Amino acid sequence: MSGIGRPLLELDHVERMFGGSWLGRLGGDNVVRAVDDVTLSIAAGEAFGIVGESGSGKTTVGRMIVRLLDPTAGAIRFEGQDITRLRGGALLAYRRSVQMVFQNPYLSLNPRRRVRDMLLDAYRIHHLASGRDAEERVAALMEMVGLRRTMLDRYPHEFSSGQRQRIGIARALSVEPRLIVADEPVSALDVSVQAQVLNLLRGLQEELGLTVVFISHDLRAVSFLCSRVAVLYLGQVMEVAPRRALVERAAHPYTQALMGSMPSLAPGSGITREVIRGDIADQQPPPGGCVFAPRCELRRRLGDPDRCLTERPWPRELSEGHAVACHFADAEARPDTDARPEATGAAAGPTTPTTPTMVGISDPTRVPAVTSTGATT
Amino acid sequence: MHERTSATGSREPDAPVLEVTDLAVEFMTRSGPIRVVEEVAFRVRPGEIVGLVGESGSGKTVTMMSVLRLVPPPGRITAGRIIVDGTDVRSLSRDGMRGLRGSAVALIPPDATAALNPVVKVGDQVMEGVRSHRPQVSEAEARTLALEMFRRVGLPRPEQRLRRYPHELSGGMQQRVLIASALQMAPRLILADEPTTALDVTIQAQILRLLLAVRDEFGTAILFVTHDLAAVAEICDRVLVMYSGRLVESAPVADLFGQPLHPYTRALMASIPPLSADPPDRLQTVAGAPPEPGSWPEGCRFAPRCDLRTQLGGPDVCTTSQPPLVEVRPGHHAACHFATSEAGVRAATDLAATVEEAEAVVLPESVQPGGAA
Repeated sequence: MSGIGRPLLELDHVERMFGGSWLGRLGGDNVVRAVDDVTLSIAAGEAFGIVGESGSGKTTVGRMIVRLLDPTAGAIRFEGQDITRLRGGALLAYRRSVQMVFQNPYLSLNPRRRVRDMLLDAYRIHHLASGRDAEERVAALMEMVGLRRTMLDRYPHEFSSGQRQRIGIARALSVEPRLIVADEPVSALDVSVQAQVLNLLRGLQEELGLTVVFISHDLRAVSFLCSRVAVLYLGQVMEVAPRRALVERAAHPYTQALMGSMPSLAPGSGITREVIRGDIADQQPPPGGCVFAPRCELRRRLGDPDRCLTERPWPRELSEGHAVACHFADAEARPDTDARPEATGAAAGPTTPTTPTMVGISDPTRVPAVTSTGATT
Repeated sequence: MHERTSATGSREPDAPVLEVTDLAVEFMTRSGPIRVVEEVAFRVRPGEIVGLVGESGSGKTVTMMSVLRLVPPPGRITAGRIIVDGTDVRSLSRDGMRGLRGSAVALIPPDATAALNPVVKVGDQVMEGVRSHRPQVSEAEARTLALEMFRRVGLPRPEQRLRRYPHELSGGMQQRVLIASALQMAPRLILADEPTTALDVTIQAQILRLLLAVRDEFGTAILFVTHDLAAVAEICDRVLVMYSGRLVESAPVADLFGQPLHPYTRALMASIPPLSADPPDRLQTVAGAPPEPGSWPEGCRFAPRCDLRTQLGGPDVCTTSQPPLVEVRPGHHAACHFATSEAGVRAATDLAATVEEAEAVVLPESVQPGGAA
């Protein structure tokens, strides 16, 4: 399942529950399973995307990786070592290897401190450099992220949002980490600034050989930056796919719904069709079944098979590196089966990745017809 | 494309519901007034969805708030005319303005969670909206109306939802509550300020569809303020693009995306990452940042960042004379000296082709229509 190289980071059946008392948790009531048995493997030097909507657990995964939260079960291994129980000096050392870039560049920078002081912190805490040496490194960091060293004495409010996010990235880079977890780093930014920061992240990833875990709800940004992507829904992995497989033959009905919900730059192209109903908090997912079942169009089309409610679909590999957690993901892609769900789902045999589950938009309904309201102003 | 209903309008049916002429807004600061919006002029016709696009600081929100006369101090409308449904907004008394806000025009704010009072049930908040504007409406009538509106905006189990507190509803449902609240006064014009920005993609699609349905069913015109060009492409009839306090392009949506004639519009379109198996190495970006309000450059405000100007060898006219918004093609306005220059048109055509190709992916067959509940 891993892509290139040996894994730098592995999540091994990771689970995180929130709420409930210790005893209640044993009984399983009143708890939220924010991350539910997530297993992922991320190679060194890879840009790995985690996609999902709010409530999918993607942020919780990110926070566990940097040890801002501890998993309630499972292991997270960094270079083979379980980091979930690190303390003291070992934890400090780990935090030198793993840094985080936060979503909101307004909340993540202390408004009362100069950029210089914020960047120097890391050197002080990790005893990496001091005096002139530290000053030099801080100045170099600024240039690395496309800012000027003369800006070091400014306060956060003197920067635009894009510049602030660059400072956030500089701060993360200051300890020369191996891995950066970036949680929605561009979603608070304007489009043109977003593009600049995405370019910056991509350049840094390539030049420094950084491993990046990029957490986002934005499939466009993810597909630009990441070579592999995991799609999360209600704490579970729905699909893991290399970029090409994700874009060209997304297999999970939820991934397909996400893509179908994305507004397109081609006017009138299709958001008017309903691809997914309800929302993530709407209905309780069936205990023991598929968490996506209540909203699943595929299940509806297959005549609501019971299996979705009674058996949790575990990720199964469709092709090299492409895994999907759905009993029936390839049910419709098969030629000449009359899609008896029970029959097709069980036989998870070799798949036909070339089957055209995607269509090109040659369809005439995508041609805009907006001339009638025409010339005003 | 759609019926232009005008059930609530007293004026001739096709007169614009919103007409803004030569609007200027200034913010008073210690170092003197700063002009953040100027020479903005546009119309919104009944049943039309007009997108007002721009990045932060472009003046799009200030422009929209001017329509309600809700520009936050120290901001002030210093010039221009704003006509809403035949009424001159700037000449209205405070009470008159309040009446207009409740009837002809309604606002859908960007952050539903912030817009709703956390300690009052959503039903009560929606009912209060009607009753504060129309005291003669009884509580029972208000409840019936709220219920009806909840149903219309697709809130499941509306009777129960009325009794919920905001925190008991998801972000998408909160936004639906606000849309219901706006609709119950049967406004002729809805001002929607980034109504989907805070929402998840799947919910965003639902709300965009709802706005379309509102227009189709009620004939309400919508001024849709957003930074999201793709959302605009999906639901708008016409688009206005703002940069540094001025309109730089205005066109029917198909023309804007088919031939983006202002370099800034092109820059915006090009900076959106394509959903592609083979993404480019670098996204196209605009050099630098927009100018600070008040320190506008001479001539065209986009000139310092403009790649068309660079390509043309940096003509002086761009930095000496401000290009007016002129009709360069039928119905298509652009504020660029070289909008229809050979290089400009070629850039527009090339970009449109690139975008069309890049966007011609996705949409799995399995999510195509047919799944009508």
